[in-house]
Amino acid sequence: MKAFTQHFGLVVPIDRANVDTDMIIPKQFLKSIKRTGFGPNLFDELRYLDVGEPGQDCSTRPINPDFELNQPRYAGASVLVARDNFGCGSSREHAPWALDDFGIRVVIAPSFADIFYNNCFKNGLLPIVLSAEQVAELFDQVAAEEGYSLTVDLAAQTVITPAGKVFNFEIDQFRKDCLLKGLDEIGLTLQDSEAIKKFEQAHLASRPWLQASEEKFSA
Amino acid sequence: MAKTLYDKLFDQHVVAQRDDGSVLLYIDRHIIHEVTSPQAFEGLRLAGRTPWRVSANVATPDHNVPTTIAERAKGVEGIVDDTSRIQVKTLDDNCDEFGIVEFKINDDRQGIVHVVGPETGASLPGMTIVCGDSHTSTHGALAALAQGIGTSEVEHVLATQCLVAKKMKNMRVNVVGVLDEGLTAKDIALAVIGAIGTAGGTGYAIEFAGSAIEALSVEGRMTLCNMAIEAGARAGLVAVDDKTLEYVKGRPLSPKADDWDAAVSQWRELVSDEGAHFDAEVELDAASIKPQVTWGTSPEQVIAVDQLIPKAEDQADTVSRDSVSRALSYMGLKGGEALSEIGIDRVFIGSCTNSRIEDLRAAAKVFEGRHVASSVKEAIIVPGSQQVKKQAEQEGLHTIFEAAGAQWREPGCSMCLGMNADRLGQGEHCASTSNRNFEGRQGAGGRTHLVSPAMAAAAAVAGTFVDFREL
Ligand code: SF4
Repeated sequence: MKAFTQHFGLVVPIDRANVDTDMIIPKQFLKSIKRTGFGPNLFDELRYLDVGEPGQDCSTRPINPDFELNQPRYAGASVLVARDNFGCGSSREHAPWALDDFGIRVVIAPSFADIFYNNCFKNGLLPIVLSAEQVAELFDQVAAEEGYSLTVDLAAQTVITPAGKVFNFEIDQFRKDCLLKGLDEIGLTLQDSEAIKKFEQAHLASRPWLQASEEKFSA
Repeated sequence: MAKTLYDKLFDQHVVAQRDDGSVLLYIDRHIIHEVTSPQAFEGLRLAGRTPWRVSANVATPDHNVPTTIAERAKGVEGIVDDTSRIQVKTLDDNCDEFGIVEFKINDDRQGIVHVVGPETGASLPGMTIVCGDSHTSTHGALAALAQGIGTSEVEHVLATQCLVAKKMKNMRVNVVGVLDEGLTAKDIALAVIGAIGTAGGTGYAIEFAGSAIEALSVEGRMTLCNMAIEAGARAGLVAVDDKTLEYVKGRPLSPKADDWDAAVSQWRELVSDEGAHFDAEVELDAASIKPQVTWGTSPEQVIAVDQLIPKAEDQADTVSRDSVSRALSYMGLKGGEALSEIGIDRVFIGSCTNSRIEDLRAAAKVFEGRHVASSVKEAIIVPGSQQVKKQAEQEGLHTIFEAAGAQWREPGCSMCLGMNADRLGQGEHCASTSNRNFEGRQGAGGRTHLVSPAMAAAAAVAGTFVDFREL
């Protein structure tokens, strides 16, 4: 997995609550069997004026000039700020893949939906929870100042504004470590193979029907 | 110490505790579909890994499969859309390569993952169940700890039989009193989401309890747990009772003979202990619930059929004024209208929320002796599985649908998310029994209204929203 330590990047504001994963990457793009290439279709329905289909050349499609990602002042943004409950709905990991492929490294919101939040960490994307007031402050500042960029320091758990104001954020230790070191979570879990085997043996022995049903199942 | 049902299920599956409070949680059953698994199998291959316990896995294609008889007839090769066909074939290939049991496209056990799991007995009480799909919460109706996971986690579960998990908080939603005749779990689900909001359950496992939940059938409880995710909760749960056991008994993969008795004695414990601590409790009076209809683009934007659609200017703060006005404009509404002013273009009865036999019976009851309104372009009925389809045909429900002018289709996710050809057109209003009314969910520019099967059937007949009891 990609490591995340520090990041300095331009902020793009998406002033909506309940940004769902259908919005982040519409279903027609989920037919890909790859992990990459979703960037051009990030927020497809908001970004383009026509109906997007997989395999299109997005550079020739009519764009919606009102949508933030299309505004020249936000070109190259890598920090996305949004309102409550970001990433709700479908569990599709294509949502963080699309954000990542587009170049977003950090998403800041007052709250995130659980599965999306979790999926971010598997892909080297950092979701940061700040209070609704702090997020509102960021929205005001982004609107007021062209080129507004933030510094995010994962080790220190801070977001630093251009004026030097510091916001602290919470993150659990395990996720932080994995992200800082870019650890392969499966490899890490397999270090506990013995414990898993031991547990499994006792667990299945006390629930013989789990295996009995599986024999039938495979038959 | 008194434990909640969730605590019990969680604790029974802890393999190892980590310093940061997360645990390795053992997974009993892993269900796989074609959309969220290809990248996970690819990851396994690249790392040279194999599934930890191959028999814990079961797969079936559902999201992409066509639902017309003509397109289904030739199996996977007959899928017209290239990318859909490749995805379904990729699932077949991956399952064959790794030795995973798959109910293939025209197998008589194929269907939507969340319908197939419980109906085959692949999902049982007391299990931990995961699937790369957020509506895995459905299986919690059997008192199983069931939750949706992302693709990286699919790979992790395949390789290790474990999930890295953190304990959620406990919420209990008590629904007391008696639901009016003909109202269903769908109305309860929407009323709960209307009450607590789409983020109300974030960080919680929700246990649904109370007399109105006890009165629900197990299928109804599935509808309710299905939509726990729309309330923000990754898992929904209902305690084991006689109905649960009756439902599970005799399923193809359920325990038999001595195993059954041993299982039952363990499963009987799958209830929250008296005095167990819940971090949050919500109470709802079933008698106050009327048929629910969503008007906006989030499941929490829901009203009773006789209420008026809200106006943006009546909202308390700017954030909600903004979201209401954005939803109204997407839905082509002004605010303040009655639901009966909305013209319905299409009707969809199906999805893992409402495609089980009871749902189809409820819809058939409304369709019987009536006809789909001429203003409605299409009403499609999509059973949740091959088994549901077979049962419905034995009961003659399909002839009622067809006589009413509705289309009877082959099982799959269909217009719930429109990855196949079943989609809404730009600006079309749909009465849908699915679970998400997000912008573009059922087709770009499509306008979804979530309702129960009876309400969807009534909307098909009336061409607009009416209380099905007054049709
Ligand atoms: S029916 Fe809809 S919600 Fe259910 S699994 Fe299929 S796409 Fe997802």
